[in-house]
Amino acid sequence: MLNHFLHSQLALGIAECIVTALVALLVMLLARRRAPGLLKELPIAEIRGVAQIVAVGAILAFMLRGPQWTSLLVLTAMMLAAASIVRKRAKRIPRAFMLALTAICAGAGAVLAIMIFLGVIPLRITMLVPVGSMVIANTMNTQSLFLDRLRGEVTSHVGEIESALALGAGADAALLPYLSAAFRACLIPSIDNIRSLGIVWIPGIMAGMVLSGASPLFAALYQFVVLTTIFSASALACFISSHLVTRRLFTAQEQLVLR
Amino acid sequence: MPILACQQLGRTLPSPESRTLLEDVSFTLERGEVLAVVGPSGAGKSTLLRLLNRLDQPTSGTVCLNGTDTRTLMPRELRRRIGMVMQRAYLFPGTVARNVAFGPRQHGQTISPEEIDSFLTHVGLAGYASRDAFTLSGGEAQRVAITRALANQPEILLLDEPTSALDEAARHGVEQLLESLIRERHLTCVWVTHSIEQARAMADKVLALEAGRVSAYGPAAEVLHA
Repeated sequence: MLNHFLHSQLALGIAECIVTALVALLVMLLARRRAPGLLKELPIAEIRGVAQIVAVGAILAFMLRGPQWTSLLVLTAMMLAAASIVRKRAKRIPRAFMLALTAICAGAGAVLAIMIFLGVIPLRITMLVPVGSMVIANTMNTQSLFLDRLRGEVTSHVGEIESALALGAGADAALLPYLSAAFRACLIPSIDNIRSLGIVWIPGIMAGMVLSGASPLFAALYQFVVLTTIFSASALACFISSHLVTRRLFTAQEQLVLR
Repeated sequence: MPILACQQLGRTLPSPESRTLLEDVSFTLERGEVLAVVGPSGAGKSTLLRLLNRLDQPTSGTVCLNGTDTRTLMPRELRRRIGMVMQRAYLFPGTVARNVAFGPRQHGQTISPEEIDSFLTHVGLAGYASRDAFTLSGGEAQRVAITRALANQPEILLLDEPTSALDEAARHGVEQLLESLIRERHLTCVWVTHSIEQARAMADKVLALEAGRVSAYGPAAEVLHA
């Protein structure tokens, strides 16, 4: 309907952004009693998100004319920003920024490097930046979920963890059940994304490739590649994070810090 | 040589809180003795126990176990040798048997089903080995927690008001159990309690704390009489 009133592509895009942002706000307004804090967070997140994505669009437009290596700079900046966002979700976990940065760089970085080396992701700015950003963003979400859930598990099981320590268990053994619960919970969305692929949703990359004239079959296969890459990066980042986090939750004397 | 000796033990929280929880606590405990730690809520009784098995880090003073400064022991080794029963049972998911075998398993020891049955029979829980730990009543769960701590064969047992979270009937049963275990096995215990009667009945020595400092320490008859 909007295109009846707005004829320039830019005006139409802005109008669509406003409408979808308002719809999201309306939904959160309806559900405000469930999580009042989120209603305040959403407008800020929306304004921030749209400003960032427009900035990235402008940078991409500029970079398309520049050398290939600039894409690495963009991906590095994205990883730094992702770690900073994870840190905010991982309140009370000591040195969470470095933890998240290490996990995201190692998880997303290693998986992306393997995919580039194998030629699965072409070393072109137009492919590397969008696909890389998707991998990093999903790894960031999984990290946030993992650390948030782990903090919840630990703070609600302080008695059990200290009972295990008091029986002579090491920090790793005392934390293991709660690490496993957090690990499992944070990867459920990624597994469900792969499981429901094509049935519940047709993700953006496939839609975009088909719209730009690629073979639907190749687009479908490539979409699977991207989703499994995202899963591998997320799982690897969480695996690394689960090893690093124990040393942050316990002292060298195996005393629980987060209580 | 005393089995446990504390010298000027203390703990002050780091900044920004910078609050002193315990200060200048000294006492000794001989093998087979029971030390009752009494005092009002917030006096530092639980803090003292947590410093003894180093669940919290002392900021001053020393704890010696059989003459060895506990700072030279690995925390896992120290906590195997100084067992603890907390106010609540905090059982782990799984069977009662799995809970009882938890401590020995951490040190690479296996405990046979017969031994577990024997332990459980001793605390009045015969036939409970395969029961789901989460289906137990409060009193039963605390009996399992006591069994779990004893399965490690600790040299000293720390009891942090182990009956305070139980109802009257369960409390009486668990107190009787602890009293009989202490007498039969000549356990060396540090028992935090609110009950002066309990301290009088069981303790050889009493340490009274008030606002993190020792207000009285000595043989039970002397301290409780005064």
